[in-house]
Amino acid sequence: MTNWERLKQQIVESPVWRSMFRHGYEDTPRNRILAVSGNVWLHLHPSKVRKHGVRLKFTWCMGGITFLMFLITIVTGIYLMFYYRPVAEYAYADMKYLEFDMPFGMLMRNMHRWAAHAMVIAVWLHMFRVFMTGSYKPPREFNWIVGVVLLVLTLLLSFTGYLLPWDQLSIWAVTVGSNMARATPLLGHEGPFREFVGVNAVYDARAFLFGGGEIGPHTLLRFYILHCIFFPLLTTVFLIVHFWRIRRDGLSGPPL
Amino acid sequence: MAEAKVATPATTARRAKAKAAGPSDDKIYTWPHLVRVEFICTLLVIAGMLVWSLLVDAPLEEPAAPTRTPNPSKAPWYFLGLQEILVYFDPWHAGVVLPSLIIVGLMVLPFVDTNLKGNGYFTFTERKYEITTFFVGFHIMWIVLIVVGTFLRGPGWNWFWPWEPWDTHKVVAMNNVDLPYLLGFRDYWAQAAVGLVMILGYFVVGTVAMYAWIVRLKGKDWMQRWGAARFGIVSFLFLNMIAVIIKMGLRLGMNVKYILVTPWINV
Repeated sequence: MTNWERLKQQIVESPVWRSMFRHGYEDTPRNRILAVSGNVWLHLHPSKVRKHGVRLKFTWCMGGITFLMFLITIVTGIYLMFYYRPVAEYAYADMKYLEFDMPFGMLMRNMHRWAAHAMVIAVWLHMFRVFMTGSYKPPREFNWIVGVVLLVLTLLLSFTGYLLPWDQLSIWAVTVGSNMARATPLLGHEGPFREFVGVNAVYDARAFLFGGGEIGPHTLLRFYILHCIFFPLLTTVFLIVHFWRIRRDGLSGPPL
Repeated sequence: MAEAKVATPATTARRAKAKAAGPSDDKIYTWPHLVRVEFICTLLVIAGMLVWSLLVDAPLEEPAAPTRTPNPSKAPWYFLGLQEILVYFDPWHAGVVLPSLIIVGLMVLPFVDTNLKGNGYFTFTERKYEITTFFVGFHIMWIVLIVVGTFLRGPGWNWFWPWEPWDTHKVVAMNNVDLPYLLGFRDYWAQAAVGLVMILGYFVVGTVAMYAWIVRLKGKDWMQRWGAARFGIVSFLFLNMIAVIIKMGLRLGMNVKYILVTPWINV
């Protein structure tokens, strides 16, 4: 035994190492299972999966890519949060500051935006693939519902983030998108049957969304909190359920 | 462990069943097979995102000015299908009712689709009607309308081909009329009554036609098993989807503005 091997053995057999890693790295079936089931991140997978469920031709990798996009937006988003203030007077100036003065600011903003768009596309493709393989059928009916909720949350995350640059593009896109709310039957001040409820421009569904009768500084703060705290947390909760369910029900194919 | 090897009737039956089902145990280890795919995919996608982000800058226009409305004002691209529907329907329908129906329709999908075939593999022949419906809803309507809204709509939400300059003063004839008017009814309440009859008639006739069609296709027994609730939900959602296409056709072909006009809602 060489010195290196002895050193390695001492490290691997030390109480510290053994407290962290509970299985060896020899390529044995037992270790292959332990590598997954003994790891908090990897145990989102079952230890064994069906062969065809691994093929790219089958999965398109789209669910994973959607999740990856979510992670990218979180990492880049936290970076952006350090330099951005959700106040009407500062927001736009902070965008310029971020783009021109911050190291990697432009790159982080680009990645945040493109990953958000890519997430929308990927979640649609994921849904399309799941439909095409009939993977919403028993036992995964409930997981499909959770997936639809996640689709809506993806769109809401993207939509609330759209306002934050506080430029012409963002406020008018959000204005157009939110104007639908004032046409809500009963609850919008331009919707059908509004006269039976008594809503008005500063007290209806859109005002609730905007935090006032018109889009303004209050809307910016509201959307910022929804975008950075509320929807990410809600999405995480539903992701946990989504992953837990798919792990229980198997990655592909009819019931196990 | 020795007693486990004795073949009880239960284990024999299970083995026979497994044998009849074919080679079902085609399982492989997640580590390394799946983890490897995920890892490589992650690396490639992150590399792609980096290149994309280095090459293309995210847009940033001039500062927000609530008093200067750009023409056209467009929603984020993923909502442009709904904005495009606004051409044909009032906001309460295009912006509130239809999106709600889409979400509800997607959610009920696993419960109304009782076809057990086609679970876990790609197939068209075993699920013709499900896939065709999804194709019409997702590809034809959602995606095509987004493309139209994103690339072919200019000032005043008028149609501009990509090679046409955006003319803010483009003259478009506003010659849309309501369908009851087109049919010769001139009295306001008569028009409303005719409109209401047409809408209700569409759903009644549509539901009956769908019932007859499905019974002819699948047989009465199948319909019985499928149940009234499933049939009701599916026919209502399906007819709503087709109604959007019909209304678009009426507008584009016959300049129909509304079918039903009342003091409260217009359809």
